[in-house]
Amino acid sequence: MTKDAILGAIRRGLKRGPLPADQQAMLAGRLATHPRHLIPARSRLPRPEQVALFIRNVEKEFGTVERVPDHAAIPAAMGEYLAAQNLPSRFVMAPHPELTAVPWADRPLLAFEQRRAEATDQVSLQHGYAAVAETGTLMLPSAPERPTTLNLLVETEVVVLRASRVVGAYEEAWDLLRAESRDARSGGFMPRNIMFVTGPSRSADIEQTLELGAHGPRRLHVILVDDDPAALPMGDVAVPPPVAVPGGPPAPGD
Amino acid sequence: MHVTSPAFKENSARALANPGLQKALGTAKGAFLQRRAAAVANLPEFERLRDIGRDIKNHTLANLDFYLEAFEQKVLAAGGKVHWCSSADDARAVVLKICKAAGAKTVTKGKSMISEELGINHHLEAHGIQPVETDLGEYILQLRGEAPSHIIAPAFHLNREDWEADFRRLHTDLPADRVFHERRDILAEARTRLRDRFLAADVGITGANFLIAETGSSVIVTNEGNGDLTQTLPRVHIALASIEKVVPTLEDATSLLRLLARSATGQDFSVYTTFSTAARREADLDGPEEYHVVLVDSGRSNMIGTEFQEMLRCIRCAACMNHCPVYGAVGGHAYGWVYPGPMGSVLTPSLVGIDKTGMLPNASTFCGRCEAVCPVKIPLPKMMRHWREREFERHLTPAAARSNLALWAWFAKRPGLYRLATRAATGVLGLLGRGKGAFTSLPLAGGWTAGRDLPVPEGGTFMAQYAKTRRRR
Repeated sequence: MTKDAILGAIRRGLKRGPLPADQQAMLAGRLATHPRHLIPARSRLPRPEQVALFIRNVEKEFGTVERVPDHAAIPAAMGEYLAAQNLPSRFVMAPHPELTAVPWADRPLLAFEQRRAEATDQVSLQHGYAAVAETGTLMLPSAPERPTTLNLLVETEVVVLRASRVVGAYEEAWDLLRAESRDARSGGFMPRNIMFVTGPSRSADIEQTLELGAHGPRRLHVILVDDDPAALPMGDVAVPPPVAVPGGPPAPGD
Repeated sequence: MHVTSPAFKENSARALANPGLQKALGTAKGAFLQRRAAAVANLPEFERLRDIGRDIKNHTLANLDFYLEAFEQKVLAAGGKVHWCSSADDARAVVLKICKAAGAKTVTKGKSMISEELGINHHLEAHGIQPVETDLGEYILQLRGEAPSHIIAPAFHLNREDWEADFRRLHTDLPADRVFHERRDILAEARTRLRDRFLAADVGITGANFLIAETGSSVIVTNEGNGDLTQTLPRVHIALASIEKVVPTLEDATSLLRLLARSATGQDFSVYTTFSTAARREADLDGPEEYHVVLVDSGRSNMIGTEFQEMLRCIRCAACMNHCPVYGAVGGHAYGWVYPGPMGSVLTPSLVGIDKTGMLPNASTFCGRCEAVCPVKIPLPKMMRHWREREFERHLTPAAARSNLALWAWFAKRPGLYRLATRAATGVLGLLGRGKGAFTSLPLAGGWTAGRDLPVPEGGTFMAQYAKTRRRR
């Protein structure tokens, strides 16, 4: 059998047979505990600065961000963004309960359908699962309520993200998923697909010069909902924020 | 893919005399380097991450059999399929079988170097299935019938005017006098052309930057989004991956991803980093219905346990070729196979044989920049030296080089004579070139002076100067 031939060739190279049971158990333990490695210090910040870092990084990668106080402010933010970009007020929206619950009736001119995206759709409104401040990266796991095509087929993708879901490093995003997600098929936590999205689509294939607007969206806009009092910009908070420990607060499990 | 590596010298001579290629290499020079340097400067932990990346890959290779089996179990548990392939022939047959079973007429493809290595496109075409390359660079190369000249920027050898000319020549339904004001207009035209191909394809084939044993996922990293359209829209997704792509956990992949984009394009993170785990779930509204991983050995397992094992750490970022003076002078096609630059000069002999590729490990000045920038610290110059030794042992080195080496060795074993001879040569050259500074031509050294000057020796031999300094102390 081909598999045995390949494994046999690997073992011959390593000058050993199949691993003994105790070593297999050790490696299985490493898989089960998935130890973290070095996490760069740049995202180890107090909450308000962490969210600010996320915004700076999205903008550095040619995305845009608007902060709104709550979900009720989303229709106005969406309407104004589309108008400012000269885009139609029609869009495809993720069938996510959080987005369904938005008071869309406040902005009756906005028309949307909740479904997967088709090639004719120009604008999508996606639900953001989480985001990583380290590089301004959105984490978008596939789910019936978060179709992947919304990230791909449209020219303009708008993502609603709660500020409480902005974490510092990718490792913290993995831990969120491990804690919250159950996949019925595999018994694991990975959905079919997870897209980590950092800015709008681009290509450097013509003379090694980055140009925006390749096969994916040309524009990426984040509506950031300030649901986390601890993450509000300094000065907006009534209670003084906790004093930052030098080097930032430790990340869990590190 | 046909191997033209034996003709490296002729290929290089042609490349040096090709004004279009030289212009493209000149334009590209520095772009990736400066961006990488800036990204690395922005991450103080980068050097420590390189050690971590090296250690993760070493740990995985030392337990590769275990992690491959763990990966397979997870793929199966999630409802995907794994196909183990010893050879390129096996892999081509498996891919064709899956495409035929899917009744495929067209197949979209994400950029994949293993696909180039296996010659998937040619094989599908020969059996009546149309492959469509969707990465912008790969798209134009398919139109031109060319191979990639760089592992992350396939059209590295083309200039903007080549793009415009090819698009005008081949997209004949568009007005011939249309104007491309900016590079962006070229991009927009390709986007429009490929949209229908994405929607029509029956199968999507991608490569994989990593496979995750913990979860049974394949990972692709792209900027355009073409890889994601390829693996999302068609009914069947095939991920092609060589066996050394597996890493244990998401945390391991995450650490390597911190190195990959910075080393490659100088981005902090690529636009799309996507983890695929099997096919569409029951209630999902999109995604493929079948998910296949084609695991390819094709020469890798033979490298394990040899002095070339460390090459299997490579994450295909292309930093080595971006920083290589030889690659910068002749481009990627001169190397004569899929993988150019320093990583290719080590990997190609391993995969297609040193008998055909002996020129490659010799095409190096050993300046060491490739090793200095490698995100997983592969000792590329050392391994090129190993290939030179093997080439010499197997009597594959050209006769002239062998006799010159033998002559040098004869002198080197007799230090007194060696010093006498070098002193004489230094004296004669110094006398001949007195007041000149450098020779622009020299009998018997035309090969050297055709491309550069030879400095006139001054101040005695190295040993003479060394002795003088020691006496002074």
